[in-house]
Amino acid sequence: MARSPLEARSTAHATAFHKRVELKVNGEARAVEVEARTSLLDCLREQLLLTGAHAGCEHGVCGACTVLIDGRPIRSCLMFAVQADGYAVTTIEGIAPAPGELSPIQDAFCETHGMQCGYCTPAMILTAHALLANNPAPSRAEIVAAISADLCRCTGYAQIIEAVALAAERMRGLNRPASAT
Amino acid sequence: MSAATTRWRYVSSDRRVREDRRFVAGKGRFAADVMLPGTRHVALVSCPYPAARIASIDKADALAMAGVHYVLDGHELAAATQPLLAGLDTPKVQRRPLAVDVARYAGEWVAAVVADARALAEDAAERVAVDYEALPFVLDGEKAYASGSPAVHAEHASNVLLDRTFTWGEVERDFAQSPYRVALKLKWGRSSTVPIETFGVLASWDPWREMLDVFASVQMPRFPDQIALALRLPGSCVRVHNDVDVGGSYGVKRGIKHAVLTGYLSRRLGFPVRLIEDRLENMRGGDAHGPERNFEIEVAFDEGGVIRSMKLRALDNVGAYAGRSPFQLGKPIGAIVGPYRIKSVQYRAIAVTSNKTVQEAVRAFGQSPTNYAIERALDEVARHRGLDRVEVRRRNLIRSDEFPYLIPSGTTYDSGDYHAVIEKVLARADYASLVAERDRLRDQRLLAGIGIAACLEPSGANSTFEPLLNPKNETTTYTESCRINVDVGGAVTATIHTLSAGQGHETLTASAIGEVLEIDPDRIRVVRPDSLAALPSQSPVGSRMAIMLGGAAFHAAQKLKERLVAIGAHDLAIPRERATYSNGDVGDAANPSNRRSWAELVTIAHRNFHKLPPGTEPGLAFAHVLQVPTGGRLPSADGRVQMYPCFAFEFHLLLLTIDPDLGKTEIRRYLLGHDCGTVINPKIVRGMTMGGVAHGIGAALFEEFAYNGDGQLLAQSFMDYLLPSAQEIPPVEIVEHVTPSPHTVFGQKGSGEAGYLGAPAAIASAVNDALAPLGLAVNGLPIKMTQLADTIAARRRPTVSS
Repeated sequence: MARSPLEARSTAHATAFHKRVELKVNGEARAVEVEARTSLLDCLREQLLLTGAHAGCEHGVCGACTVLIDGRPIRSCLMFAVQADGYAVTTIEGIAPAPGELSPIQDAFCETHGMQCGYCTPAMILTAHALLANNPAPSRAEIVAAISADLCRCTGYAQIIEAVALAAERMRGLNRPASAT
Repeated sequence: MSAATTRWRYVSSDRRVREDRRFVAGKGRFAADVMLPGTRHVALVSCPYPAARIASIDKADALAMAGVHYVLDGHELAAATQPLLAGLDTPKVQRRPLAVDVARYAGEWVAAVVADARALAEDAAERVAVDYEALPFVLDGEKAYASGSPAVHAEHASNVLLDRTFTWGEVERDFAQSPYRVALKLKWGRSSTVPIETFGVLASWDPWREMLDVFASVQMPRFPDQIALALRLPGSCVRVHNDVDVGGSYGVKRGIKHAVLTGYLSRRLGFPVRLIEDRLENMRGGDAHGPERNFEIEVAFDEGGVIRSMKLRALDNVGAYAGRSPFQLGKPIGAIVGPYRIKSVQYRAIAVTSNKTVQEAVRAFGQSPTNYAIERALDEVARHRGLDRVEVRRRNLIRSDEFPYLIPSGTTYDSGDYHAVIEKVLARADYASLVAERDRLRDQRLLAGIGIAACLEPSGANSTFEPLLNPKNETTTYTESCRINVDVGGAVTATIHTLSAGQGHETLTASAIGEVLEIDPDRIRVVRPDSLAALPSQSPVGSRMAIMLGGAAFHAAQKLKERLVAIGAHDLAIPRERATYSNGDVGDAANPSNRRSWAELVTIAHRNFHKLPPGTEPGLAFAHVLQVPTGGRLPSADGRVQMYPCFAFEFHLLLLTIDPDLGKTEIRRYLLGHDCGTVINPKIVRGMTMGGVAHGIGAALFEEFAYNGDGQLLAQSFMDYLLPSAQEIPPVEIVEHVTPSPHTVFGQKGSGEAGYLGAPAAIASAVNDALAPLGLAVNGLPIKMTQLADTIAARRRPTVSS
């Protein structure tokens, strides 16, 4: 793609406000220069090119921007990148065990078709991840309570709830000792 | 059902949805994920008044900021572009991406700022100083319709875009001969589909190739064509990329003004320009509100509650400009009597402009509001005759032996067994015990009601409402297409030619082709060429893709199969009639061991011209462009026409309680009988149906783009516009039934709007049943908690002075 002569002008304007931050993203140390006002969401998407977290409302209601901070789901649109300094950030890109290979939660979402357009899906999966890490056998009400942090406009939530329940069941199975035969 | 499940190999089986793998990994490719080097960002300057003359725009402070490249105003843009297309023949109601001289709603775009970063562009937008002179405005649809109201477009004679009365059948006679009638005034509030992803577009002009590349989150028929027309470019200079995932749409993602604006800016400035709405912009200036409709409905009926005739007036407040949205009064003509045997209908359709945000197509394209009006009338007929509401429906429903069934407005319904669906749902619910449960709850100081709604989902979208409501429009074609290529190694790749917003079209296409070719759909690659490499296709509107894309893929695969059979027969030196096709191989019916494998056939097609039947084109590439089944004719002078080809049926039954002090509703049980013909992918159909119910619950109880008297939109965030969360949506028990359509390749009907067609009517029915003991009825949607609490309190304490 051709670069315009205006390119040179593009980054000069705001360097004075920039701050260097050390983030730990998906287990990897990532140093970034951000403005103090840059949200963690914008930083992840625009600077680290981790586009799995999505902007939905940018005022903390819809949850599409959810990432995990030290294992807890947070709204990355409401957190400044500078605030994340020193914390372990987990994005959807950090969930799959290997390229092309799905985690049990991701696979369960595929099995129940717990999505349609896929826009809220990374948030739902990270929310489920945090839930199941603390509660391996959640009730339907507990699943609903957890995922009600994230809005989905496509599914009416039924197949998402089923995905989380299925993932929980399978993960409990995974952790069970092999039966004596 | 059993016939449907055994007849097919892949269709109707519970297969995974191939699109899901990329989404669970966060690897969808949404508009905001597409990044081109050197991209600059747009922020908008919006008019704060519902109507104002733009006296001056001072750009100096904004342009003085480092990193700010341009401030575009409406005059410059208008001089260089054509107005956006309108559906109706209303040439003096011109719509442009940026206001020219006059802004007509609070939030309308007045100027666009281009800067290095979006935040910087937003900062600069605040420094654009616009002088406005406030003008008189009108917000209410009926007031806008009345003579003497402020004209939203002074050049147009009035605010009326459309005012047409259709009469189908002997309405006055049928009314005169009916002993009873009920009349209702109803209101469908302004809501929308409100996808979680806002609209976004990236446009990049290459002056050396003379090509505008567009990456957009769009669901719009003729999108590339409309961009080219507006920018005065040949269509071959606009390349819309179809391999962009759309983060939900359900009708509204039609950012044509966004695309024209960024396309112009990219050509003007020489770098890629991106506009991603924030939520405020999406709600206020994104032109994505849904119908806001006033109904007057009157039905004439006999002692037994059998309705003979209906008069329906629908006035839609479309907002400040007319795009395609007034056609939302046209589509319901194709199902104007719902699932009922109403013999004659008078329908008056009125569309008016007002100083509110512009409407766009919303899931069901006007049918859900109409279904609400019809169902509300059915409930009133039951009340009037002292009959059970289900029984009134039974008596009025079209019977299964009456299909194909011609309705007064000229559409023939394809198939159905409405009574069977209802009886299945009642049996599943144990209706008598559901009534007993309602009465038990009523004894516990709760208001409790049972909601009932029966309705149709017209599917397989045609655009017949265009010539019906606009005499200058003669569109009778509304295609969808598919091309299949088998490469030299035997791998199959199919193409689809629109974007998708979660409907699983890649899965659909592979399923249809796999079914025909008898090969595993997972072995079939599905890709989306850009618009310049595309075959004639519209977009996933009006629940059409199972019918139209599924049909196109089916027929393209049939052509491929026929060619393989021809090649095989020729090489086996047997008559074509004796050749059999099985799992990709062609054999001799008379000698099963004599056969050619898929690999051999493909090799002949690609490499062995000497083995091809004479006159055969080498290679294996087949396309099919599908016309809408039953379509192709213009409407008659009295407005009768076959609108859509297929009609799915829904029956909603629910139990709801209202806390009499808080007005808080709780859905205790929800059942939905659903017949959309043969289901191609059960996971997809179930998901869309569940999502439609949830959307309908939102429209009925929570969601409204409310305005204050000053013309300001009050719901500008998700704090004010309430989308249902998992807490608000109950488990929904779906009761399936399959009545295949005779017009489609697998007997499928559409289901993209399922659930939403009847859920608002059903919720309203339940609330009114709950309020009936208090002698109250609610005749508008949404029914908000605060309004319910106030209404109930006023009735229970009538003596409290104000």
